[in-house]
Order: sequence, then structure tokens, then C-alpha cells
Amino acid sequence: MLIKLTGGTVYDPASGVDGKLQDIYIQDGRIVAKPTEAVVDKEYDLKGKVVMSGAIDMHTHIGGGKGNIARTLLPEEHRNDPVHRSDITRSGCGHAMPSTFVTGYRYAEMGYTAGFEPAMLPVNARQAHMEMADIPILDKGGYVMLGSDDYLLRMLTAKKDQKAINDYVAWTMHSAKAIGVKVVNPGGINAFKFNQRKLDLDEQNCYYGVTPRDILQVLATAVKEIGVTHPLHVHGCNLGVPGNVQTTLDTIQGIGGLPMHLTHIQFHSYGTEGDFKFSSGAAQIAEAINKNKNITIDVGQILFGQTVTASGDNMRQHANHKFASPNKWVTMDIECDAGCGVVPFKYKDKNFVNALQWAIGLETFLLVDDPWRIFLTTDHPNGAPFTSYPHLIRLLMDRSFRNEVLSTIHPEAQKMTTLASIEREYTLQEIAIMTRAGAAKLIGLKDRGGLSAGNWADITVYTDNNDRQKMFEKPDYVFKDGQLVVVDGKVVSTKWGTTHVVQPDFDPSVEKGLKDYFDRYMTMKLGNFKISNDEITEDGRGSISVHPLKGDVA
Amino acid sequence: MIEITEVPSPFCGIGTDDLTIRVDGILLKVIENGCAVNTPAFEQPITDTSARVDGKDVSLEVAVAKAAELLIDTKLPLIGGCATDVNGMRGLLALADRCGAVVDNMNFTGARNNFLALQDSGWMNTTLAEVKNRCDLLLVVGTDLESFAPRFFERYVWNKEAMFVEDTRQRSVIYLGKAPSGEASKSPNGQKAQVMECATDDLPEVLAVLRALVKDQQIRATSVCGLAVADLQVLADQFKAAKYGVVTWAAGALAFAHAELTVQKLSEMIKDINDLNTRCSGLPLAGKEGDQTANQVCGWTTGYPARTRFSRGYPEYDPFLNETSVLLASGEADALVWVQAFNVNAVPPETTLPTIVVGRSGMTFAKEPAVFIPVGTPGIDHAGHAYRMDNVVAIRLKKLRDSGLPSTAEVLNAIEQALQVK
Repeated sequence: MLIKLTGGTVYDPASGVDGKLQDIYIQDGRIVAKPTEAVVDKEYDLKGKVVMSGAIDMHTHIGGGKGNIARTLLPEEHRNDPVHRSDITRSGCGHAMPSTFVTGYRYAEMGYTAGFEPAMLPVNARQAHMEMADIPILDKGGYVMLGSDDYLLRMLTAKKDQKAINDYVAWTMHSAKAIGVKVVNPGGINAFKFNQRKLDLDEQNCYYGVTPRDILQVLATAVKEIGVTHPLHVHGCNLGVPGNVQTTLDTIQGIGGLPMHLTHIQFHSYGTEGDFKFSSGAAQIAEAINKNKNITIDVGQILFGQTVTASGDNMRQHANHKFASPNKWVTMDIECDAGCGVVPFKYKDKNFVNALQWAIGLETFLLVDDPWRIFLTTDHPNGAPFTSYPHLIRLLMDRSFRNEVLSTIHPEAQKMTTLASIEREYTLQEIAIMTRAGAAKLIGLKDRGGLSAGNWADITVYTDNNDRQKMFEKPDYVFKDGQLVVVDGKVVSTKWGTTHVVQPDFDPSVEKGLKDYFDRYMTMKLGNFKISNDEITEDGRGSISVHPLKGDVA
Repeated sequence: MIEITEVPSPFCGIGTDDLTIRVDGILLKVIENGCAVNTPAFEQPITDTSARVDGKDVSLEVAVAKAAELLIDTKLPLIGGCATDVNGMRGLLALADRCGAVVDNMNFTGARNNFLALQDSGWMNTTLAEVKNRCDLLLVVGTDLESFAPRFFERYVWNKEAMFVEDTRQRSVIYLGKAPSGEASKSPNGQKAQVMECATDDLPEVLAVLRALVKDQQIRATSVCGLAVADLQVLADQFKAAKYGVVTWAAGALAFAHAELTVQKLSEMIKDINDLNTRCSGLPLAGKEGDQTANQVCGWTTGYPARTRFSRGYPEYDPFLNETSVLLASGEADALVWVQAFNVNAVPPETTLPTIVVGRSGMTFAKEPAVFIPVGTPGIDHAGHAYRMDNVVAIRLKKLRDSGLPSTAEVLNAIEQALQVK
């Protein structure tokens, strides 16, 4: 079947196309060049419509144990947003931490076709993949979490060389079926198990004597040396602590030019100035990002309202539990591997700290120059549910709307932000970079995030509208792998996406040390720990897409 | 005849995965690392290989068609048991969604004690590897741990080596409430567990005093329910002095009214101890009859644990009104689907309703159900996934033999498909 999308205005930063009238042809799930003779089976008239590739959320908590704890913790939240079944869709619930099926439908209904779980514990990766297997339409993938696992810390204490660490990282990526590597509060989750309650960049783990700086260095090096495209994905030290802007600047300096992605940087950009000893560090952060081309960030914007925070960082989540709203929370220590913490939050525009957090996120978006190195996230659900993205896009693209909202937040927070004076408005092309081409490039996705021939046909069509929120919350059409899945913002058919992974090489002898460790200290056999391809594909719905490493011949 | 090693068990809840099993055709024999729970569960012979309708052998297709016919015009079918693997639960929830059923895991009434506490105030918990490597003080509350999981102590307490406990034989084990039924809690160097015995339904009072002592509140009484307050003070002080205390309980063993308040008290006490400059964690025991699996899969599919109804076209959770016994007694349910792929002895409750059993081969009935479809057991007859007690770890179950029995998922998906066509 040959599909033709005729006469749309195309924004395809991957090919350098910025608002040009172009026809797009789809065959067998992929975008193809204009065929010379073939008959068009189905044509869509897209005159006056905006065409982009399907959006990619490069950091969203959509799979894994902490999300299911968040769901279980908040039945009253789900009752406010029940989702009916239909002939083609399953029932479920929505809002802060939606059920898996509803996650897939609602992402697709906003024009998203892929989402990446950023905190996949090696020991919980099976669950992350099983949950993501029940998310329809979307492609998915995960960044495997290392840095507080006792195996790595023992290696560092034993002064194992970088090659040994590279092998362990590559082995873990295979075992967990990952496309990236993440570190959360480097070493801090581990330190919490030894009753340390904070861990600065240069502070030693009281048992291992290892510092977060050491961990970042070896992991960022490993990710680079084993050829993984996505740089080490870093949730830094001191999340949420006033004054942590300095920690973040030191982290950037300390990595010495290695590729590094700093995630939800809004939560790591706080100063200590002003009457409330809480101020914006966004300008300093943006300046550092602009200067250091090895660094990429996503923002983790907060938006006002009820949500739930679910994080691997049980040290910081425990410290913040007193802000839980409603007042209930969970932390877990997990399998000498990592941990998690789930704390419901209600961000209020009339609360000084929350209001300034909102402004800090927006300042960051607007002060970082290069849209290829900054990504649109709310750290779903931690800053806000992903369903708030169209509102966030309007805040970025519409200065008068932004200033209108700004004028309603806590007055002292208004005084502490430069937001009102920032004139920048994001363009459609910049939005397409942040949410499509840039994200695909950052993760290393081959054949996704672009609209040139050869790409998979993940395509979103919008009606241009000056109200950008309205425009982005209800696409006219969404195609996933060439299949029409959404019309006028509603799912019309479903399918199953693929799981994106990379498979870096490792020396098989790495399993010698691991087997000994598992037999002595772990609760399962090494062979039972590793996830096989079958586990993802055997139900006939899932598939695995292996992406190239850096240095592979394209 | 072959021997399969490193076999994981879906039966004991603590994720033992070191069994060696000899497979001779369809006969299984546990050769190494069996226990009173796992060995009979693995060795249970296959008796039924054919589905039945009204007691007569029929093909799987006929049985599936009959099941669909029984469900097609129901107003509130009830899917009980819910004891299967992840794919089985996926099929079960798809069927429930299609026919507007109630889903109720058979262990939920016990688990409710945990869910109500979790959903009201939360908790700080840990997992088995942390216990194995860090725990220096284990308090067992109201539960006979070794009959629950015979190998718990061997695997996670008296393990020879631990990363952060110098001599595991020196760990303190204390029972509060029920005394242990055997010797598993005795340390390899002969040290017996300390037992602070009281009646199970006295635990709320005893734990109220213990928490007060942890918080340095004055207690005027000198004894509570037969226990000396001075002894409870020692216990409170032990927790404050421990580096990594762990409190474990089986929610189902706390068989008294409003036991959720006792779970909550324990969980809040654990939080208190974490504010006293040390660490402490809870470790709820579970993982039997697919309970954690049911709650996990139902959790991500609906947002709620596995006592949820779909009768209004969307999931609604109610830990009391959606209970199997309540729905059968009130006459609200109009058909029963019983799903139990693990345990031949866990038969459906007595009812006059049309009953469809998707059960482990070998199940016998006082009253023949309208439809019986024998299914394979996850981890024996087909591969699959099951959650162990600590919820984080899903174990990968192996296929050990070719029995030809269908999986729960295959049967439930077929019934759902049949309903879709009608």
C-alpha cells in the first residue's frame, strides 16, 4: 500500500527542512522517495497543515517498579480520571501515573510515537520491559541504572581498570536490554543504605571510600569507550537542595569534556540568595551549557497541580518526604543494586518555592541557545504528567501567554526571576528539534525522528494554530510505522511498537567474576538474572531493534 | 531422562532458583534443594489432559466455546483465584475488561492488611539481597516464617558470607507473637532465636507499646499482654543500636480485625527508627498463589491492585466490596471463573453459579464445574514470569517438560477472542 501525504508544511530538522511544502510517501511502514510509477492507494490532503515526525520523549518514567508503587499508592487519584474501554482500546486510568494502556493512547494522541524509561534497575529491568510491553503504539527503550550497585563500587575499591568496568557496563546493557546508561545520585543510593543522608560530589561513601565524582568519571568513560551513542545520563547529587547549582557546575567541569547528559536539570539549578534563601541558578547553568558542547540537558519542568514523584534517588526522596501531599510515601532499598522513593507532590503557584521552580525551568529553556542540546521533559510524572506537554510548548512559544501566567504566581517568586524580561519564543523548528530530531540523535536511533526517505513512517500532522497548546494537544493525524493510529486527537487503531536497544561488545570472561559474586551474595543465579530476547518477543507482540554503536559503519 | 539445574520456583514466594529437577517424560523429581513447599508442588502429577464440559471430555475448542457461551450474557462475572503467571494475568485482565468482570486474587483479604496501610501512609521496605547482606537484626512479627518459606533462613539469614555483616551467625533473630514451629531460625553456632510470645490478636497492643518506646514515650505499665515492658524496651534499644534492622510479617497471618492498623503501626515505627540516626526496613512476606504477580500486572494495567471490577467499562477498586465471598453471598455475581495454575488444592468456593475452572491438572472437585480446562503450570509446563515476595524481582520461569497442556494465557485469550466474535 502506498500512502501519499500531500502538500503539508514540513518541519524536519534532521534533513534541515524548516517549514517547506513537501509531499511524503509511505510504503511498508517506511517513508519512501517519490515512486516513479506506483499508484497511490490513499492520499491525505495536508494543505495548511504542519507535518513533523512522531515526537520522542527521551526521559519519561513509563516502566518499572517505582511507577507501579506510585500507581498502587494513589487509588484516589485514579478515581478522578477513569478511562472507559472501547471496541479498540482497553480501559484504565489516567492523570499523574496512568495505566500502561492509557499511557500509550495519550502519548499517541499528542503525536508522540516513542518514550524512554530513564531509570531501569538491572534487577528490575524485566518488570520495566513487561510494563512497557503493555504500552500500545509507542516504541520504547530504557537506560539501565548503575553507580550505586555494590558490584561497581567493589570494582572501584579494588582498583579494577577501565576495561574491566567497560566490560561490566556493556554486559549489564545486554543483560537488561538497554539503550543507555543512567546514574542516579552517584553512589548516594548506596550510601543511604549505610545511613549517610547526603553525599556531595567529593564526599566519600563511608564504606567504599568512593566519591560521586569517581563514579561519574568511570561510567562516562565506559559509555564513551564501548561506543554507546547516548552519553551517560546523569541525575546528579543533591537533587532539590538549595545551593545545588554549584554542585551542578562542578559536575560539568569535573567530567573533563566527556559526553554527559544532565537530566531534569531544573531540580539541580538552585541558589541560596534572597529572603527565603532559595534562588534561580538557571542563568549560570545556561551559560555553562552554552559553553560546554559535551553537555546535553533535559529540563524536568514543573507545572502546577497534583502529581507524584517516583525516583531511584531514595536518599533525596527520604529527605523530601515531609513535603508529601497527600502525606504518604514509600522508599525502598533494592537488591544491592539501587533503590527507589515515591513521594506524591502538589506543586502550587502560590507557594514561593514551587513558583520559582516553575520559573527556573522556563529560564533554562529560554537561556540555552542550542535546541539540539536541550530536551523538553517534565521528568514525567515528577515535575508534571506528560499530558501537560502542549501547555509547556505554549509557554515556550508564546511570550505574552508566559508573562500572563507569570503574573499570577507567588509575588516574591516573580521578583526572583528574570523571566519577564526574556523575549525569546521557540519556533516550530526548534520544538521539532527538541522533541524529534534532537532526541533521536541523542539516543542514537537509526531511522527515527526524521522524515526523509528510509525513515520509519512515524509522522504527526497538526493544524497550525496560534494557540500552541490547542495545536499540540490534538493532532489531525498520527502515523506509527505507516499505520494511521490517531485522527483528530483520538486513537483510531492500535499496534505494538518495538523495543530499542544497543548491544556493545564485552569480553565474555566478565561473567567469571559476576558468577562468583551472584553465587556468594545475590539471591538469584546469574543465568536467571539475564533477560533473554525471547522474553520480549515470545508473546508475538514485542520486537527488538538493535541500533548501531558509534564507529559502526552506517 | 534429563536433569535441569538452576530451576526457579513460583511456589515458595522467596525466589529460590537453585533447584535441580529430574525430568522423565512428564514425571518430575526434585533432586536438589527441595523443601516442604516446593517439592510437592513440582512433583504434583498430571492427571487430567482433557478439558471437560459438564463432566464429559471435550476438545479445548469446545470447552472454550462453552465458556464463552456461559459468559456472554452475564452481568457480573467474577474471576477468582487469579493464581497464574504474568502472561496469564494479562489474558485474565483482557477477558475481565471485555466481559465487565470482577477480578479478585485469592490472597487479597490477607494482602489487604498491607494495601490499606500502604495507601494510607506508605512504608520503607527492603528486598531479600539487602537482608542477606546487611541485616543485623531481624524481627519476625506474628508469623511462623519457616512454615511460610522453609528455606528463608538458610538462604537469607544464615548465608555463609555477607558483604556487610562480618559474621552472619551473630545476627539477632527475634520472634514477636507466634513462636517458631521448628529450628530453622537457630543460628549455625547454636544460638536460638529469642521468642517474645503473645497471642496474635494481642499484637496491636504490644506493638503500640513498642512504638511508644522507640519514640521514648513514658510507659507506666510494667507488662503488656504477658510481656514485660522492660523486655520491649530492650527490643526498642536493639533497633536503635542496629545498623540495618528488618521487620518481617505475613499480612495473612495477622488474622484479627483491622490488622491493617498493625501493619501501619509497624511501618510507622520503621520510619521513626530511620529518624533516629540509623536504618531500618520492612519486609512483607508474600508471593504465593501468584498474589504479587496478580497485583503487579493489575497495577500497571488498571492502576489498582487485584481486587478490581470492570462492570462499568472502566476499572474500579474496592478492597471490600469486590471480595469473592461477598459477591457470592450477596448474589451479585452471576458466573464464576476460577483461575488457579499453581495449586490443585486451591479449588473454587462453593457456589450454585455456572462455574468455569481454568486450573492446574490434578484438581478435583466436590461438585463438577460446568467447564474445566486443565492448564499447564508456569515454570513447569511453559516458560513465564512470576513475582517473588519483595515485588521488585520478577523471576524468569523455565519450561521443564512437554506436557501438551495449554497455558493460562492461551486459554483465557481464546475465551476472550470467542467473546469478541460473538
